[in-house]
Amino acid sequence: MVATVLPLTLEEVTLHRNGRCILGPVSLEIPGGGITVVMGPNGSGKTSLLRAMHGLERINAGQVRWSGETERVRASQAFVFQSPILMRRTVVDCIAYPLRLSGMGRGAARTLAAQKGAEVGLADSLNQPAHVLSGGERQKMALARALIRDPQVLFLDEPCANLDGRATLDIETILTEARNAGTTLIMSTHDIGQARRLADRVVFLHDGKLVEEARGASFFAAPKSAEAAAYLRGDLLT
Amino acid sequence: MNDIAQGLWQALILVVSLDADLVEITVLSLRVSLTATLIASAIGLPLGAWLAVNRFPLRRGVIATLNALMGLPPVVVGLIVYVLFSRSGPFGVLGLLFTPTAMIIAQVIIITPIIASITHQTIRELWSEYRDLLISLHTTRRQRIAALLWDGRRALMTASLAGFGRAIGEVGAIMIVGGNIDHATRVLTTAIALETGKGAFDMALGLGFVLIALAIAVNLALHMVSNTERGARW
Ligand SMILES: Nc1ncnc2c1ncn2[C@@H]1O[C@H](COP(=O)(O)OP(=O)(O)OP(=O)(O)O)[C@@H](O)[C@H]1O
Ligand SMILES: [Mg+2]
Repeated sequence: MVATVLPLTLEEVTLHRNGRCILGPVSLEIPGGGITVVMGPNGSGKTSLLRAMHGLERINAGQVRWSGETERVRASQAFVFQSPILMRRTVVDCIAYPLRLSGMGRGAARTLAAQKGAEVGLADSLNQPAHVLSGGERQKMALARALIRDPQVLFLDEPCANLDGRATLDIETILTEARNAGTTLIMSTHDIGQARRLADRVVFLHDGKLVEEARGASFFAAPKSAEAAAYLRGDLLT
Repeated sequence: MNDIAQGLWQALILVVSLDADLVEITVLSLRVSLTATLIASAIGLPLGAWLAVNRFPLRRGVIATLNALMGLPPVVVGLIVYVLFSRSGPFGVLGLLFTPTAMIIAQVIIITPIIASITHQTIRELWSEYRDLLISLHTTRRQRIAALLWDGRRALMTASLAGFGRAIGEVGAIMIVGGNIDHATRVLTTAIALETGKGAFDMALGLGFVLIALAIAVNLALHMVSNTERGARW
């Protein structure tokens, strides 16, 4: 077993954009294993938080700390963006791309990519150009591409936004399997039902502030903050 | 009107009879401009891509300069290359003046900015699409440029073709550095200039039509090659 890069620790992480504080200061620790769901209304900073954790956003103050040296930390993570980024390649080549980056030969990489593609239900589209895929299929492709290097940590930014029940179920199944295989998942969602089904831990944001951090079960049974309680009731937070 | 008809007729005769001189200057035209395009692409494609993905202090200045260089007057380029390679110039010892090599050098200078600039535009758009993914996957700079060039290859072929079009039709620079020497540095454009000067309009027009046909043929050939490749729908 490879040494773990977790826990992930955030200390007073703060992001300023256009002279405005859009996130933080946020301090929290994410241990290894399980699914952490980041919740909160639009603009509360979910995407910014995930991107900051993954190193995609410049942080203005505070620290994001992983354990282990930078190279390994970077190589142990993958990120699935809200709108999947399609390369101008076939589906199988898109999925194989991270393996090619790691130096694997084209044939071997495509073989593994085809397997992974089939696992997520894309067996019939492997040789299509990625851009002909439907929304749900694109998300599955992105998921297969993210999982292909067996990351320890998988970030997902609203992986099921705009997907119907069937596609959502498929994706949740893949995520649960990944969790059971030991991957640590950190995902944002708007879908309270999905959060209930998946969350081992919840991080609740409001206006860029960390309002509540709790175990999934206790969060949904009895949220401690007024904002989270209102959000779960379906009140419109302003 | 009559002149044009005669020119077409002349072109037909030249082509059908496989006129030896015509074949020679056509082959040289192709050789010089295709070589220049290859070299300019080898410089311009990575350069344009590099400029698209890197931020450095003088970036804007470099890009503005590149765009300005697209309009470089060929005569001036020819003159500069002439001075550099003339017997008394810094590269005079190479003895390249009035050789196809000098013509290639001049054309490379003329079309590299065009190829680099179009590449820069193309790759910048692709980079804004791919950026998050490539950063997330922890790619090296080389890997980024390679992925962008590969995935943008169809658009980039257009960049190279634009360069080729400029090169094959260019006369000012190669006239100066090549000298339009019969059986040595005469190409289609310089031959056209010569025939026009002599008042032989039908011959000049005939060569002109051959030149146009050649440019179209090269474009078509490349498009056909790239369309037989799978995934041509991008
Ligand atoms: N690069 C940026 N420049 C300026 N403002 C930004 C930038 N990125 C994010 N913001 C702002 O930061 C706030 C938080 O954005 P973020 O995308 O993290 O929210 P979110 O919780 O993911 O929202 P949503 O649910 O709509 O996806 C928003 O008000 C947004 O406008
Ligand atoms: Mg978001």
